[in-house]
Amino acid sequence: MLIEILFYAFAAVLVGAAIGVITSRNPVFSALYLVLAFFTSAVIWLLLEAEFLALVLVLVYVGAVMVLFLFVVMMLDINTEELRKGFTRYAPLGAIVAFIMVVEIVNVVYVKRLGLDVLPAAAALPEGYSNTRELGAVLYTDYVYPFQVAAIILLVAIVAAIVLTMRQRAGHKVQDTVKQVSVRREDRVRIVRMPAEKRDEGEGAGGATPGGAASAGEPEKGA
Amino acid sequence: MITLPHVLTLSGILFAISVAGIFLNRKNVILLLMCIELMLLSVNFNFVAFSRFLGNIDGQVFVFFILTVAAAESAIGLAILVVLFRERRSINVEELNTMRG
Repeated sequence: MLIEILFYAFAAVLVGAAIGVITSRNPVFSALYLVLAFFTSAVIWLLLEAEFLALVLVLVYVGAVMVLFLFVVMMLDINTEELRKGFTRYAPLGAIVAFIMVVEIVNVVYVKRLGLDVLPAAAALPEGYSNTRELGAVLYTDYVYPFQVAAIILLVAIVAAIVLTMRQRAGHKVQDTVKQVSVRREDRVRIVRMPAEKRDEGEGAGGATPGGAASAGEPEKGA
Repeated sequence: MITLPHVLTLSGILFAISVAGIFLNRKNVILLLMCIELMLLSVNFNFVAFSRFLGNIDGQVFVFFILTVAAAESAIGLAILVVLFRERRSINVEELNTMRG
């Protein structure tokens, strides 16, 4: 009974937050309502005993994706009034479509022949059941190739995001590796043929290194 | 006890709200991206609910992959948005007519 009450309470908060997302005047409020929606969903997933995914939802969505959204919303200087033109014009159409969809889904879900409503309540999980362990056991055996594909998708997303947002500014000093690697000796070194000159005596004596090396070696011999 | 139709109805309501959001905010790309996130969340609700009530963990693995793809999608979408804003000084969808679509 308590779980039921909690479910209805959090479902109400979730629906309210979703409505807040789509009707807020300010995109920052929309993003914050979306954070609330994700957090409430995580709680409902905890009630459904999907603990790992609930925590992943909080960590990945609230912690990473929504922070990214907030950054972008605050970074861009958006004229919200311009973007909200036609909001009221399309509100009835959106409401009608949403209402029809809800009616359809409720119809399908509660059709007697489908038998969804006579499905037994979820079986009680055994003692010492670990959602994370079960998920990992399947993820790293049956779903190991999809798992690696997911990793590649993330890698591609990283590369794509960096490539898209990188730009060359004027006066910006960077290394051009291609230029560095493809340089030839002729571009850098110029060999000049000139007649030999007689070396200056004083400079030759000062630069004599063998004597210095010998004096450095002497203490070592004594020890 | 929570039953399967309860969760499915909740997810249906969530999906309908996000579709309505796409109708309402069809000029603002950021809001469109947020509505898509909300849609994916409602789909994930279905997966989690079926996984729980049918006693099969595979649904939760699917949610895991959907979360991965959604995170990649929103990262790329926001990167495109930043580049778009840098070029146009605006994120109005109606001004995106370079392709004459």
